[in-house]
Amino acid sequence: MTDTAVNTKAKPAPKSARPGTVALLLNNSLATGGLIVLAVICLIALATPLLPLPDPDATAPADRLLPVFSEGHLLGTDHLGRDLLSRLLWGTRVSLAVGVSATLIAAFFGSLFGLVAGYAGGRTDTVIMRGIDMVMAFPYILLALAIVAVLGPGLLNALYAIALVNIPFFARNIRGITYGLARREFVDAARLSGKSPVQILFIEILPNVLPVIVITMSTTVGWMILETAGLSFLGLGAQPPQADLGSMLGEGRKILFTAPHVSIIPGLMIFALVMSINLFGDGVRDVLDPRLRAGSLSRPVARTAVARGGSDIPPPSATPGVLDLRGLRTEFRIGGSVYKAVGGVDLHVRQGECLGVVGESGSGKSVTAMSVMGLVPTPPGRIAGGAAYLEGEDLFAASDGRIRHLRGGSVAYVFQDPLSTLHPLFTVGDQLKEAIRAHQPLSNAQLKEKALELLSLVRIPNPKERLSAYPHELSGGMRQRVCIAMALANDAKLLIADEPTTALDVTVQAQVLTLMNGLRRERNAAILFITHDFGVVSALCDRVAVMYAGRIVETGTTREILENPQHPYTAKLIECVPVLGEPERRLDAIEGRPPVVNNLPDGCAFADRCPRVRPDCRSGELELKLSSPERGVRCLYPLGEGGTA
Amino acid sequence: MAAIPVLFGLTVIVFLIMAMIPGDPATAILGSYATPENVAKLNQQLGLDKSLFQQYLIWIGNLFHGDLGRSYTLNRPVLDEVLERFSATLILAGTSLVLCSIFGLLAGIVSAVRQYGWADKIITFLVLIGISTPSFWLGLLLILAFAVKLRLFPASGMFAIYGGGDLPDLLHHLALPALTLSVVATGVIARLTRTAMLEVLRQDYIRTARAKGLSERKVIYKHAFKAALVSVVPVIGIQAGFVIGGAVYIETVFQWPGIGSMLVTAISTRDLLLVQGGVLVVAAAYVLFNLVADVVQTMLDPRLR
Repeated sequence: MTDTAVNTKAKPAPKSARPGTVALLLNNSLATGGLIVLAVICLIALATPLLPLPDPDATAPADRLLPVFSEGHLLGTDHLGRDLLSRLLWGTRVSLAVGVSATLIAAFFGSLFGLVAGYAGGRTDTVIMRGIDMVMAFPYILLALAIVAVLGPGLLNALYAIALVNIPFFARNIRGITYGLARREFVDAARLSGKSPVQILFIEILPNVLPVIVITMSTTVGWMILETAGLSFLGLGAQPPQADLGSMLGEGRKILFTAPHVSIIPGLMIFALVMSINLFGDGVRDVLDPRLRAGSLSRPVARTAVARGGSDIPPPSATPGVLDLRGLRTEFRIGGSVYKAVGGVDLHVRQGECLGVVGESGSGKSVTAMSVMGLVPTPPGRIAGGAAYLEGEDLFAASDGRIRHLRGGSVAYVFQDPLSTLHPLFTVGDQLKEAIRAHQPLSNAQLKEKALELLSLVRIPNPKERLSAYPHELSGGMRQRVCIAMALANDAKLLIADEPTTALDVTVQAQVLTLMNGLRRERNAAILFITHDFGVVSALCDRVAVMYAGRIVETGTTREILENPQHPYTAKLIECVPVLGEPERRLDAIEGRPPVVNNLPDGCAFADRCPRVRPDCRSGELELKLSSPERGVRCLYPLGEGGTA
Repeated sequence: MAAIPVLFGLTVIVFLIMAMIPGDPATAILGSYATPENVAKLNQQLGLDKSLFQQYLIWIGNLFHGDLGRSYTLNRPVLDEVLERFSATLILAGTSLVLCSIFGLLAGIVSAVRQYGWADKIITFLVLIGISTPSFWLGLLLILAFAVKLRLFPASGMFAIYGGGDLPDLLHHLALPALTLSVVATGVIARLTRTAMLEVLRQDYIRTARAKGLSERKVIYKHAFKAALVSVVPVIGIQAGFVIGGAVYIETVFQWPGIGSMLVTAISTRDLLLVQGGVLVVAAAYVLFNLVADVVQTMLDPRLR
């Protein structure tokens, strides 16, 4: 990869990597199977009039109830001697036609209601949707029965009834989508250009809603075939001599004990039809629903997978410390490409020390922090190399049980957004007590006492009342204090804080930082502090490691880094911090974006955004040049004394 | 109470459906040879000469007094018949609802926890078969297998004709229909539980639970399951409607003396007052089921309080 210019533009282009709709559908073997069965049934049903079959209604009392595989009657005959194969195929035609017609009717009216309600909004919306809700307040089949009761038994009436009770499904789905679309810019633009509401609905909105209509159709057509067959089974649908699969089944039921094949065969056909439609429909839904397409619903397992392969495990470094990361590499495998989120990181934190890890979002700092205790979601993440030593113990080689023991016991985390990191359905007290109980066998009374103690420690007013509060009842700052209290529950040796102040407003930020600083002094714990904000770093950290594109580009004491940044990236980050009393100071955002880590350029990853880039920056592997054991920079042309970018 | 306007709306819909029935009830009752004077007289007696709105007020007034009219085929008050039948349906549908909740939730959790594993694939496929099988056909198959061939369970009815009537006898008769009725709902609940669990397991608070050092069992069955349950409970409420509705087929197949089989007979014999009463009671029960689901959901989720 020499053409780095391409890279700056290349935000990941998932579209090109994604196969087409039909290809995706055929990839799904179940959906393909469903499609084949469905196609065969439909073809046979269409060709039935052309096939050399006996008249389905021709009775032959002499040949009544012949078993399957009788001569001249492949599937036998029913109680009137009628050929079952012929009746089955003709009945399938009727059932298919009725099911599909009902679906089309329901889709048409349901979509119409949904489009109008979603587009018009306001009172029209309320009236239509209240009506729809009313209809849905009836048990589905019961409403169909009531309608048949009014209209009288009959196949066509059953069709109307089933179509009618399915209208709400379409109306609801389509109304939701339309409501969102109708308030988008392109609709406003169409309105301003003088198009009528009808034009807008059918030209601008309908094409966008079509996939939802198709999904809803594919998921309901099976139901509708089933339900119309059900009404016929009850004797409320097809009336003799007309027969669909349901009425055949209903007639067969009366002679179930003497000739079970008469009822088993049409039921099997309904099952095959509905099953194939459902298989195919699920495939269609998976392809058309982008949320499922990205495979985003895969579940993270309890611990990040470790696949260090044949690569050598680096030994612990000479500097002793609580945490010692050596050549850590963490990757994400998403859709065929490998994102090297962390590409060989060395770090160490000593007891009582606070190390700040600084970088923009996407630099790999959070992934580094999560890798320590295996909290990177797998799939798609995995640890691909390196080692993490906690007081000399290789964490990536430890057993799951050991990791569970260390989590929260020796290594505690504080995460970014306290609203999403606290469980919404448990009280603060329960969550605190649980954190303690996971590592200390205490009685309930002791647990409560300890929880109270922790809440007072993080200076939460009225801790007793707060114990029974739910997270949503607390302010953001209070919630983060609860999270910190939880992290302090078991006197951990190492506290890993992943942007704990980012989601908080500035005054609360300062309070939380003061709190953490005090706790570090009192407890002599090591802190790994992840942030993007050098202002926060200067308030709390002893040393700093600056990360960019998954690697450390500069490291040193906070003072050294702040006063004398050597990497142009560090210098830029520091410039981004606003300083009180210097309003003329420019808040330079760094132009450009960090490179995407599935396709890192050769040489320096920052080259494209660097104001001092030279040709030789773009080739070879850059080393972290150490000027002293704890001061280093990954740059060929570092900034000099008092350097500015 | 959101249920009250819904219940009120139900009465309006049920009343309107019956009012829309084509044909003149008086002519229907008196036969086509009745004189116009007699028809008019009967119409007056039945209150059919009044406006629709007045008719509705009279009807709902009677409803509050427990008067749903008289079934002409059974020659007894509709309310008595409906309540008697409905208790049988409640036994059947209630049992099915318990079965489908238990099995559906279990299958969904296992499926989510073993995502893409063998258990997940087998459950997903069974669920697909379950929701594609016509319940009335499955009922017939089960009768053939367990009642006719194996003779383990009775093929029909609620109690044995001779010497029955106690609880074991009821359960014995209940087994096959309740199982048949629960199959589809089990599938739907399993599917939704799987999705809800997968959704929840990706949440930040699950990561927090793991970072605390909780066992995976606690993470899944305490933290994740409780959160997933919040979104599954309303679905169980909706399934109650499908189970009560599906009971129509199952009661016919197993000759269970419930409201579903009563409705089918009443529709065939055009006993419309009976249909009206049955539909009203079942729909009201469904609204109450959903109300219970709402209450349970609120109990689970403090944010909804």
